[in-house]
Amino acid sequence: MRSASLHTSDLAIGYNLSGGAVNLLHQHINLQLHPGEVICLLGPNGSGKSTLIRTLAGFQKPLAGKVFFGEDNFNNLTAGQLARQVSVVLTGQVDIANANVFSMVAYGRTPYTGFIGRLRPEDRLIVNQALEQVGINNLAHRKFDELSDGEKQKVMIAKSLAQQTPLIFLDEPTAFLDFPARVEILKLLRQATRNSGKAILLSTHDLNLAIRFADSIWMMGKEKPIATGTPEDMVLQGQFGNYFDNPQVTFDKLSGTFTFDAEQIGEVAVAGSGLHRVWLEKALERKGYRLMGETKSGCRISVSENQHFVVNFINKKWIAEDIAAVLEILKKLDLSSENRATTT
Amino acid sequence: MTPAAATYQIHPHNTALKLLLLSLLIIIFFVLNIATGSVMIPPGEIVRILTGHAAAHPAWEGIVLNARLPQALTAMFAGAALGIAGLIMQTLFRNPLAGPSVLGVSSGASLGVAVMMLFLTMPAGKFISISHVTGNFGVVVAAFAGAFGVLLLIMALAARFRNPTIILIIGIMIAYAVTAIVGILQFYSLKEDLQAFVIWGLGSFANVSWQQLAYFIPLLIIGIVLALLMIKPLNALLLGENYARNLGVNTRRISLLAIFTSGLLIAVVTAYCGPIAFLGLAVPHFSRALLRSSDHLLVMPGTLLSGMVLALLCNLIARLPGFDGALPINAITSLIGAPVVVWIILRRNQISVS
Repeated sequence: MRSASLHTSDLAIGYNLSGGAVNLLHQHINLQLHPGEVICLLGPNGSGKSTLIRTLAGFQKPLAGKVFFGEDNFNNLTAGQLARQVSVVLTGQVDIANANVFSMVAYGRTPYTGFIGRLRPEDRLIVNQALEQVGINNLAHRKFDELSDGEKQKVMIAKSLAQQTPLIFLDEPTAFLDFPARVEILKLLRQATRNSGKAILLSTHDLNLAIRFADSIWMMGKEKPIATGTPEDMVLQGQFGNYFDNPQVTFDKLSGTFTFDAEQIGEVAVAGSGLHRVWLEKALERKGYRLMGETKSGCRISVSENQHFVVNFINKKWIAEDIAAVLEILKKLDLSSENRATTT
Repeated sequence: MTPAAATYQIHPHNTALKLLLLSLLIIIFFVLNIATGSVMIPPGEIVRILTGHAAAHPAWEGIVLNARLPQALTAMFAGAALGIAGLIMQTLFRNPLAGPSVLGVSSGASLGVAVMMLFLTMPAGKFISISHVTGNFGVVVAAFAGAFGVLLLIMALAARFRNPTIILIIGIMIAYAVTAIVGILQFYSLKEDLQAFVIWGLGSFANVSWQQLAYFIPLLIIGIVLALLMIKPLNALLLGENYARNLGVNTRRISLLAIFTSGLLIAVVTAYCGPIAFLGLAVPHFSRALLRSSDHLLVMPGTLLSGMVLALLCNLIARLPGFDGALPINAITSLIGAPVVVWIILRRNQISVS
């Protein structure tokens, strides 16, 4: 077993409420975070992801148990010592005018600079390296509040890198970002772990990206112990289903995505192959048509060789050039099974 | 300058030049404060008086040395102190509208003074004159207790309610409540005490004597030095409390130190000059807009200097010939301060603590 960067021992997290009451979210938490690992923290809203990150980062005290960095108990470290072990990227926008990107990233040097915070040449070098690593050196003199959400997020990540901590915690760093920006952020974080042996813990709602990028997943749920494992093991063990399934949503182990059942409005059989068939099926599912075996339905759609869609219904036939046209045709037909039983 | 240097320069806006300009303005306005007033004294005579020579009229010596000079010094230090107190409060509460008068801190200091003046002296049946009020060390302590009390209350509420608007509204309500208590105290006080309090309440830089300046200036310098010591943690606090903590700032300690410092600055100025409106709110915004920076390393000195400039300017306008003596200083600070804030909001279409 490799030695962990961070481990918890019988940690309990939650909040002390007024009047001595305690809102205990999770207890007996024993987790390890190893150097060079990207961990994705998953779980539905309200499962305690932010609370766990806040507790690990030292923003709030554990209700019980300890957090260790190497041999050091986090509770025994001063704010200044902790700032050299853990850096964070938090949810919520940093609202700061009149600051350029360089000085935002330079905030990461705060634990190392002197009394008034003046940057030494080596600090500037490290800030420039962080800008480069995140690929935003061209933004160095831009005003922070004029950046896009994705660029701002990169700036805060560069700040974390400039802080030169072995641990980086990020609370939903990909929220509010479009898909390419999310991929970019995660690639960047993974690179940081590969290059420097940093351990990164990030919470996210993006399961697809978590499965693609995480070395390991920590899965949180309400009233359930935290489950850990590689993304693939978690899928095979049905953990995604356990932690996220609800009556509306089910996790499809084959595609690794969540599916939700639309209200069924009829049955359709599909024939053919290739991309056109795949996307035809997706469209039919989205509209609520159940896909049946080829011969069991009164309605049958096949993809022709010239990539048109041929719709057969009992003894009628239409040819549609695109999926929109197929759906238009189906709308006019009554495909619900009860009605068909009476008509046939 | 090489391109690389330009790219990675953090503060590219001729900051040194701007700070130098502010310093020049301080000198100009300071000289004008001494040179002008309801009594016309020729410039040559003023130079003679300041260099220790006898003036043509002996009365002129008294006017320049014992009225105008201490008044200009008082204005200068009060402006710097209120500006810095406002800057600290705006950063600490993450609220661009925080300031000594807005959050009720000046009112708290007033309450302390009112209790001291109107209530404690009553049983003895002593009357208090305005000079007793401003000079009395007990009044300074009372003002500090009042200001510190309100700041602690706001801090406690700010820890509970994260929303800056809530804190602002509570601060305004505290100001009303404190003003009401002062009003009740006034109702039960002696006429002579009341008059002294009312005059004090109008605010003035004119009632601080040389003897009192010997306390006034050192106390404010202590506060200003404490503020300068907080430059780095205040910068970190601009990112929010959690980021600041993650950057190694002991946020609890800094919050207490910030409250102590702004409380000290506001209390000393209020005790000696009465509640001065608007300077504390407006000066930090003026400084940020001028220097186009949020870095306290620049904004703090900028606030110090522009606070001096604006207070000297206000004092100058209040004493312009033709205003028959002096206008209330609060009328001028509000007339100058309010447009400054409006201008900043309109120009940038936003108001920010950073």
